[in-house]
Amino acid sequence: MGITIAVLTLGGAGLVCALILVVADRFFAVHEDPRIETLTALLPGVNCGACGFGGCVEYARALLAVVGATPANLCPAGGAETAHAVAAMLGIEAGATDKKVALVLCGGDSARAPRRFLYNGVADCAAAHAVGGGDKLCRHGCLGYGSCARVCPAGAVEITAGQLALVHADLCIGCGACVKTCPRKLIRMIPAGRTIHVLCNSPEKGPAVKKACQVGCIGCTLCAKLAPEAIQMNGFLAAVDYARELDNQEVVDKCPTHCIVRR
Amino acid sequence: MSASKPKLSPNVGVHPAYHKEATSAKPIEVMPLPPLLRVSMSQHLGKPALPVVKKGDTVLRGQVIGEAAGFVSAAVHAPTSGAVKDVAEAPTAGGIMALAVDIAPDGRDAWAPAVEENRRKRADLLARLRDDPAAARKEVVAAVADAGIAGMGGAGFPTHVKLSPPPDKPIETLIINGAECEPYLTADDRLMVERAAEIWQGALIIQAALGAKRVRVAVENNKPRAAAAMGAAVADSAGDCAVVMLETMYPQGAEKQQILAILGREVPSGGLPMDVGVVVENVGTALAVRDAVVNGRPLTERVTTVTGPCVAEPKNVLARLGTLYSDLVAFCGGFARPPCKIVSGGPMMGLAQSGLDVSTAKTTSGLVALPRELVGAFVSMPCISCGRCVEACPSGLMPCELSQMLEAEDYEAAAGCNVADCIECGCCAYVCPARRPLVQHMRRGKAWVAAQRRKP
Amino acid sequence: MSAEPAAVSLIVSSSPHAHSGASVRRIMLDVIIALVPALAVGLYLFGWNALRLVVVCVSACVLIEALCRKAMGRDPGVGDLSAVVTGVLLAFNLPPALPGWMAVIGCVFAIAVAKQIFGGLGYNPFNPALVGRAMLLVSFPVHMTTWAVPARLASVLEPARTAVDAVTMATPLGWAKTSLSAGNALPLALDSVATAWEFFAGFKPGCIGETSGLALLIGAAYLLYRRCIGWQTPVFFVGAVAVFAAILWRVDPARNLHPVFHVLTGGVMIGAFFMATDMVTSPVTRAGMAVFGAGCGVITMLIRAWGGYPEGVSFAILLMNAVTPLINKATRPRVFGHGRRK
Repeated sequence: MGITIAVLTLGGAGLVCALILVVADRFFAVHEDPRIETLTALLPGVNCGACGFGGCVEYARALLAVVGATPANLCPAGGAETAHAVAAMLGIEAGATDKKVALVLCGGDSARAPRRFLYNGVADCAAAHAVGGGDKLCRHGCLGYGSCARVCPAGAVEITAGQLALVHADLCIGCGACVKTCPRKLIRMIPAGRTIHVLCNSPEKGPAVKKACQVGCIGCTLCAKLAPEAIQMNGFLAAVDYARELDNQEVVDKCPTHCIVRR
Repeated sequence: MSASKPKLSPNVGVHPAYHKEATSAKPIEVMPLPPLLRVSMSQHLGKPALPVVKKGDTVLRGQVIGEAAGFVSAAVHAPTSGAVKDVAEAPTAGGIMALAVDIAPDGRDAWAPAVEENRRKRADLLARLRDDPAAARKEVVAAVADAGIAGMGGAGFPTHVKLSPPPDKPIETLIINGAECEPYLTADDRLMVERAAEIWQGALIIQAALGAKRVRVAVENNKPRAAAAMGAAVADSAGDCAVVMLETMYPQGAEKQQILAILGREVPSGGLPMDVGVVVENVGTALAVRDAVVNGRPLTERVTTVTGPCVAEPKNVLARLGTLYSDLVAFCGGFARPPCKIVSGGPMMGLAQSGLDVSTAKTTSGLVALPRELVGAFVSMPCISCGRCVEACPSGLMPCELSQMLEAEDYEAAAGCNVADCIECGCCAYVCPARRPLVQHMRRGKAWVAAQRRKP
Repeated sequence: MSAEPAAVSLIVSSSPHAHSGASVRRIMLDVIIALVPALAVGLYLFGWNALRLVVVCVSACVLIEALCRKAMGRDPGVGDLSAVVTGVLLAFNLPPALPGWMAVIGCVFAIAVAKQIFGGLGYNPFNPALVGRAMLLVSFPVHMTTWAVPARLASVLEPARTAVDAVTMATPLGWAKTSLSAGNALPLALDSVATAWEFFAGFKPGCIGETSGLALLIGAAYLLYRRCIGWQTPVFFVGAVAVFAAILWRVDPARNLHPVFHVLTGGVMIGAFFMATDMVTSPVTRAGMAVFGAGCGVITMLIRAWGGYPEGVSFAILLMNAVTPLINKATRPRVFGHGRRK
């Protein structure tokens, strides 16, 4: 008798639960285009938001909403491969993809760019920048509190021992999250594979830069004369025009402050 | 004179060590003209002024050298006569760069003719304020705007904006804020002791300009001499005027907390004192308004308390705007021992300086040099949920919880917990046993909320 | 006297540039100081055995804390003294005759599992000392409920010593529970002020630190003076126990202990003043502390009256620890300028 009651009770409970599951499955099912899942699987899945949508699934939804309306080449992390795979699946044009990587336009590590004061507070670049204008003597250089490293979905940004942000181009997926987060706006997206860079973002005049940093651009214009096509002067700051080819070792060798590097 | 002693609210706020005795009995000293005045265009809240002089110009004291850039901005005047040496970027007390006009004083200290003209023009303004206030009010506001007056308590809100409330916000009460709740500072205290009558005249001008029925002078009860002096000044006036003694407590000088203490009214979140029919003006501001209306003189100098254990001879200094901090410290005998932190303003809300290459502004209420044992570097620890910050917060926030949200950069959650209502008074960080940089976290949260609001 | 400070010697930080001087270390030191009277009573009542356990627990906790922090790549410092506090409190919640190695297991659980795994001081959701005790209680139920007879006994308990045996005996609560569940009448009654006073002073079997309400109150007064605890938690805790017990006692005095008895025996005193007031695991608002204290008191009485264990303070506090975040959320203070105020 006892065992019958137990079996009936448990069996009954099981049955009721099963019924609830059946009802839930039947009436609360969410019908979604199965292609969204397939398409999402083609995307890298880092959810960086560089495509302009709120993550990979959202991009897949947009691609499928009106096929052809959203370009297939919006994912910088996936690059050409992803664009072609997406385009092939949807039967649309892949479009051009040029891989871009982030570059920190500062080479002033703690050995070469002194600090103005001892900062004591939240270890975040925006927070440090808001206290006394940032502790680096150079008011344009990298503070090195790693805000960019924290937002990087690919772990491509390293804060070096010299308290300087360094983007590893081979790991960078080109999402641009670091560019948006840097309070000093010194991260730039550049075409991948470029090797010669001016690692300075200070628009100050030569003497001011020299005082603040050993490896800052002092605006001597030497590099712009050596490579007039690819390096332009923006006021007192030399800037590489990445639209043009630049493979001139001379500019690296002759830069008096060594702020032009090959990397 | 009122004898009542209203309190902020039990157990809110903190009681820091005040250290005011170093300068509270010292009369204000006039500082001789330094060799260089670096007058910043960004001395107030709002847009920086636009410089209207160039290198090589000669200027006279009181001459406009920076024009207000819009309504919420303030004009800047030459603090003395001399030659413009340069117009270039210079650091402000906040650490950012702003345009500044370098003036080499010629020693004559000659006033611009416009000043005398203004004085004559406004000679009968006081009488007209009494007889035909409606017409004269606009003139007072214009005079205040011309004089470039900005709140001298520390925030530096342009005063003419405060004096122009919209018609649907009638002002019933004017509070003259002499609480000076920041530790170390005695500039307002000394002003009240030495120039009570002039401050009161300024207060009456502001009252008339606002059409306010009541005037209250708020003084903390640790400044009996100032309260007595103000009481004597107020005694002769007809109408609903009184000095209110406030319990000594930080932040008793914070606008909204003071209104609650004196009038029992609570300014709604995100609102202004005028939303509850109140305008609060600092005593220094009242004095500047009087100087502008009665003497036609723009704001070209202010009292700054130069103090702290590291300053050789702490003083209350009347210095021209644009005086370099290094000159100010030198006038006070230099440093008796090396400071670890130099604060522009009071220690609770002031700005730490990276050097002495900054110059005084309309908001520079003090310069406090503190030694290592008081302000040495600290290491912040995880929150231990002691709840002391919750108890101290005059805004009723939970700083511990907010700081954890902001540490995790969860700005939306922090905004939902009203981080925007933080007044950055610093009570939370003052009591925090884990030395968490709570105010800095709050500022980040507030900056995020402000940025969200700016978004279309 | 130079007016220019030396280069890069100035600290720049966000305001405020003044501090009250309070520190976590000082708070922990205050708690340790506040525990000294209870420790003295424990040593007087239980002798070297008690001292042995306190020393074992404190050294084990400090050592484990340092090891954990090192292993996790954190600063291995134990200078905040929180491990010392956990060690003392855990020892206070152990029966004096417990073997040392069991205490060490409790310490490992308290520090490594309940505290460091969650991120260390400040991140632990549950009171580490109580987690350690709870773990020992379910793992070594016999040892954890074998109570040495203290040097002196309350007069109401004297007959029990001669009746049972001379070395160990049950706590008053345990004795009552066993007797009631066996269908017998209450074995003891609190019928005189003198007995209540003896209980209050600590002359009864129990954990090392919990027996003397008087010593605990002296320590608690110090903590209140130093503003390390809010009065709300203990007052509402003890109050809830008293009210609950009073109701039960009024309903059936024959089967329920006197409310004074409930307050003065077991862990209510140490729980209310030292365990429930643990800053990390209790609410931050004053109202929240009151809710928390009342909740602890009610759950304690539920367990004592109808639960399987004779004592419920530890579990009550642990259960309330779990809802602390909710209490915090529910008792947020009114923000200035929000809502109605007249």
